[in-house]
Amino acid sequence: MSTETIEAIVDRLSHKEGPLLPILHAIQAQQGFIPSDAVGLIGKKLNLSRAEVHGVVSFYHDFKTESGGVNTVQICRAEACQSVGSELLEEHAKASLKLDWGETSDDGQITLEPVYCLGNCACSPSVRINDDIYAKVDAARFDELVTQIRKNN
Amino acid sequence: MTKIYIPQDTVSCALGADAIAVALADANKSVDVEIVRNGSRGLFWLEPLVEVEHNGKRIAIGEFSGSDVTSLLDAVSTGKFESLKGYLGDIEQHDYMRDQDRLTFARAGIADPLCIDSYRALNGFKGLERALALSPQAIVDEVREAGLRGRGGAAFPTGIKWQTVLDTSLEAPEIQKYIVCNADEGDSGTFADRLVMEADPYQLIEGMVIAGLAVGATRGYIYLRSEYPKAHRLLDAAIERAEQANYLGADILGSGKCFDLEVRLGAGAYICGEETSLLNSLEGKRGVVRAKPPLPAIEGFLGKPTVVNNVLTLAAVSSILCDGADAYKNFGMGRSRGTLAFQLAGNIKRGGLVELAFGTTLRELVEGYGGGTHSGKPMRAIQVGGPLGAYLPESQWDTPLDYESFAAIKAMVGHGGIVVFDDTVDMSKQARFAMEFCAVESCGKCTPCRIGSVRGVEVIDKIRTGTEPDNNMVLLKDLCDTMEFGSLCAMGGMTPFPVRSAIEHFADDFSKK
Repeated sequence: MSTETIEAIVDRLSHKEGPLLPILHAIQAQQGFIPSDAVGLIGKKLNLSRAEVHGVVSFYHDFKTESGGVNTVQICRAEACQSVGSELLEEHAKASLKLDWGETSDDGQITLEPVYCLGNCACSPSVRINDDIYAKVDAARFDELVTQIRKNN
Repeated sequence: MTKIYIPQDTVSCALGADAIAVALADANKSVDVEIVRNGSRGLFWLEPLVEVEHNGKRIAIGEFSGSDVTSLLDAVSTGKFESLKGYLGDIEQHDYMRDQDRLTFARAGIADPLCIDSYRALNGFKGLERALALSPQAIVDEVREAGLRGRGGAAFPTGIKWQTVLDTSLEAPEIQKYIVCNADEGDSGTFADRLVMEADPYQLIEGMVIAGLAVGATRGYIYLRSEYPKAHRLLDAAIERAEQANYLGADILGSGKCFDLEVRLGAGAYICGEETSLLNSLEGKRGVVRAKPPLPAIEGFLGKPTVVNNVLTLAAVSSILCDGADAYKNFGMGRSRGTLAFQLAGNIKRGGLVELAFGTTLRELVEGYGGGTHSGKPMRAIQVGGPLGAYLPESQWDTPLDYESFAAIKAMVGHGGIVVFDDTVDMSKQARFAMEFCAVESCGKCTPCRIGSVRGVEVIDKIRTGTEPDNNMVLLKDLCDTMEFGSLCAMGGMTPFPVRSAIEHFADDFSKK
């Protein structure tokens, strides 16, 4: 991501009250993560120290500091999903993808992440793939979804 | 022209509603139908719930799938729906809907959530029109009179909070004030905020404008969790349309009053549902809890007087201003007035949203509405109020659901989430998860929460594996006390609730397997 692109994003959003999260979201939407160059640059523009910006990036689960897979697959680990067997789904996902939380598949297609509640608690277990949410996901359905992702790319 | 309604909310789409809409559009050519993407009515176990408008009546068909499209279109041409798989008839007469007290969710699922005309036709913006004719103090009085308490979980009287913000004008008449909507609905088992935002977003917008008029705030933010991408798109679109129709902006309905509204996205931190963390996050900082005082009502967003209210609280304000305080406070019991959106979740046969006056019992909800467990096994434990709420054993299921009765048994109604577990649950594992979740999501500001939760996981692991279980149980109880009394906010302060309730009511699960 070029310096100009980052500066353009900061300039477009810096008039907002409390602009840092909108800026980080915009950079991540474009790049997939927050490049380390961006941290200092944002700080300079917003009159914050590099440490302050880094502190914010590292505080929130959503912000990444390195590129992940093309698709982010999140499995809900919260109580409602636990009550209908999400733990088995977690184990199945990790074993079938050969990934632990936060890891990306060798083909660069899938990053596996935990998530705590997708608000779909009446039709658990829930899975989110990018911006789509899937309900009542068992192991077989999970495999279907993964096959679909790989086919689409 | 026959209208066919296919919901567009998260749950329906998670169960294939988009594919149904596509299949119907493709098959559309020979029959004259119009597809309306409505919101969900909250009967999630029946989703995708498709409705057909026929001879002025709506006919519902539950658990619809793409392969049912042809038979549905045949039924549209013959007018015979009864034999369709999943036929439900008039959904408002369904036993799940009929006896609900739907105030906040009265409109949910009826129309396209972004259609302003439909919203107006169903009493929308009447509360705002009335508020525009009232003085700020009269609006605050109306909300206080209704007995509305914060629906986010803490149940603080909304009218008193608003009065504090209004009164800051006495010393600083020109000060900028803010309305912040807490839409960081992170508790597992809750989805009522999401349903308001996805099925009836103008109600939230209307409530926020009324709040602005009441306290003299001209700017508002909706702090929305990033786990709700669909709500995000719908809210952004609704705000744009409301601006075009003069319900937001510089001159609301020609009154000369102004209110600007913007959605801000969180970034996956549960703690940002705590109001002071939320304000820090909104300011672009780490979502760390602030010490109170100062109260956000006096020094909130950017140090300015700020109302922070939950989605359901602000939505309720619209109906209170529309129908009057008396109509609202006639629902409920004791000091818990109005209705609560109970959310039936987890291992339950008929999961969904049930809006009822306070005072019903947990048993009526999970057995009557919920129909027992999804697995068909006996229910064993019910967690009420999210990850910081206690697990209740069967002996407590007849407690009336109101704030005070639940507080008396060391439980909380909270945001109304109800998560059911069957008899395969291992409660020592659930206690461990409560600590683990706190360790993952603690903001790190205070030691009892940050370190206590990590030690909590370790000590529960020792108990579960039979390492000096009696001594470690003493330690765990002591740790719970330290966390409860030493933490700055409810995250560390209430994580002991699920843990203690598991120890107290399900002691057998803690002895070595």
